[in-house]
Amino acid sequence: MTWIPNWLHRLASPPVFHGFADRLTPWLALASAVLLGYGLVGGLALAPADYQQGEGFRIIYVHVPAAWMSLFVYSFMAGAAVVTLIWRIKLAECVLTSCAPVGASFTALALVSGMLWGKPMWGTYWTWDARLTSELILLFLYLGVGGLQQAIGDPRAAARACALLAVVGFVNVPIVHYSVEWWNTLHQGPTITKFDKPSIAPSMLWPLLSMALGFTTFFGYVLLQRVQNELLWRERGNPWVRETLA
Amino acid sequence: MQAFAAVLARELRLAARRRAEWALPLVFYAIVATLFALGASPNAPWLKVAGPSILWVGALLAALLSLERLFRGDYEDGTLEQLFVSPQPVSLLVAAKLLAQWMIIGLPLTLMAPLLGVGFGMGTGVIGVLILSLLLGMPALVLTAGFASALVVGLPRTGVLLPVLVLPLVCPVVIFGAGAVRAAETGVPADAPLYFLGAIAVLCVCGVPLAAAAALKNALD
Amino acid sequence: MTALLSFQNLAIARGDHVLLRELSGEVSPGEILHIRGANGVGKTSLLEVLSGLRNPEQGTVVRAVEPEACHWIGHRNALNPALSPFENLHFWCAVQAVSTDNVRGALREFDLQRVADHPCRQLSAGQKRRAALARLALVRRPLWFLDEPLSALDEDGVRHWLGLLQEQQKQGGAAIITSHQPLRIQLPGLRTMELG
Repeated sequence: MTWIPNWLHRLASPPVFHGFADRLTPWLALASAVLLGYGLVGGLALAPADYQQGEGFRIIYVHVPAAWMSLFVYSFMAGAAVVTLIWRIKLAECVLTSCAPVGASFTALALVSGMLWGKPMWGTYWTWDARLTSELILLFLYLGVGGLQQAIGDPRAAARACALLAVVGFVNVPIVHYSVEWWNTLHQGPTITKFDKPSIAPSMLWPLLSMALGFTTFFGYVLLQRVQNELLWRERGNPWVRETLA
Repeated sequence: MQAFAAVLARELRLAARRRAEWALPLVFYAIVATLFALGASPNAPWLKVAGPSILWVGALLAALLSLERLFRGDYEDGTLEQLFVSPQPVSLLVAAKLLAQWMIIGLPLTLMAPLLGVGFGMGTGVIGVLILSLLLGMPALVLTAGFASALVVGLPRTGVLLPVLVLPLVCPVVIFGAGAVRAAETGVPADAPLYFLGAIAVLCVCGVPLAAAAALKNALD
Repeated sequence: MTALLSFQNLAIARGDHVLLRELSGEVSPGEILHIRGANGVGKTSLLEVLSGLRNPEQGTVVRAVEPEACHWIGHRNALNPALSPFENLHFWCAVQAVSTDNVRGALREFDLQRVADHPCRQLSAGQKRRAALARLALVRRPLWFLDEPLSALDEDGVRHWLGLLQEQQKQGGAAIITSHQPLRIQLPGLRTMELG
């Protein structure tokens, strides 16, 4: 086993992680509630309507952070994948498999909010815009990881297979982004992409950042819960599980 | 090197004894192209426009479906274990196997595309770009499909899991490949997408055999 | 005499489930280690760990010989059904960087010269097992890992294999063998390890 930092080695022990997650989760839940609350109120109610797009633009307070999260979670998943492949830590395997459905949900949210934005603004639910198409392919990548994980029976082999797929997919993501942008601008020429952010005034910016941060803490909260459950299930033969649940 | 050649020779010999292995993908390709034509009205103008897309996706699906059980035979009869206890790096042997598959399946599909291209109203210049784009793009498709089939080698039935794994990964190849052909059709130079296809092909050749070998090792565990 | 292979405190897992714990032992030149246990107890997994095909959950294996310089003959024969025994063994030699001159001789030693050029799907289970074991005669290697070597073998096949085994022992080599039944032969230097 290659060298591993001390704190990671300690945290990777399932009972230690379980306790750590128990302590951290309430704080993350609180932080998410506060940040998302401020972001939604600030964005949906308080911020002024955009002079170009009217009220409909408010969807960016959901769409943009969701899109950021979809990429952030994939990077996080790829990081867990690398840890799984090099150090073979069970905790990393659980993080990897838990990220897939959560990331898929963020991606789906970004897609749906993008579609809801498109209808009032440009009269159509779907457009093969560079951002939406990239998000769609990213959703397929997530679903592939999830599908592979469910298909392989043995959890360790499944996690390692998903890790390989996640790493290959991660290398692919910038290529996909670039190719979709190239494809999109090929016939349109240098037009403004439909999801260009309007000029940002501070009263618009703070709620947006708050939403992004709120989504991140929410992701942390959901991830910790899922990883805890996954670890408990996979370690169900070990005595510490019985003690903890008693 | 001798081991590389031995793996290559074995694959080719096996393919020679099972003619269906390389003949059926070609038939599939032709059927898919025909189905698209049947789905439209005869001589519909959009067939000419959609030609590059149909020919690219058809080739992709034909290659994908044939490569699904690429490693399964070796996994089941125990040959895979022997490859792992040999002095050669497994990635080298996997690369040889994938090269053989490109020769058996990818290359014939590439050579068949022009015949179908005529059916979709493509001119000679366009067909030239079509062949070139498939020559550059097929290796990436074969390698990615090989990687995915290495991931699922232990599974008795995969259903549509393999296409779901492979198709998002090869979206850029389809974009650039069909894009190159469309560029040729409209008279625009097709250099940029072809260069990108080449770059992706090189990246795949360098990286995918290693990833596939790791996936096979995982399946043996 | 230095051991060819020694292992300490091995724990073998399949997935999340730990099959075997705290296994230790060693194999010296001239010895045959017979690993015996019921189906599913983990004999094959243990053999895979000892030969280096996979990593143990815990513990260490110290090898005096590289895994590539040992013979591994698994439960399955590693014979492609569409190719003949000759072609299969020829391929094995090329991949293992071993001379291909001995292939016909090895097949003859296991009495397979008549079917050497027939596709393996036409051979019986016993003939296929013999063809798989014929690898042992292709090149001399100091350590053998054999998973259920005698399955499907008839008396003649067992006799051929025993001849090779005795030669192996005489030259200071060793073998690790698994089976779920007791070996119905007497061998000098045989040690049995019961699992489960």
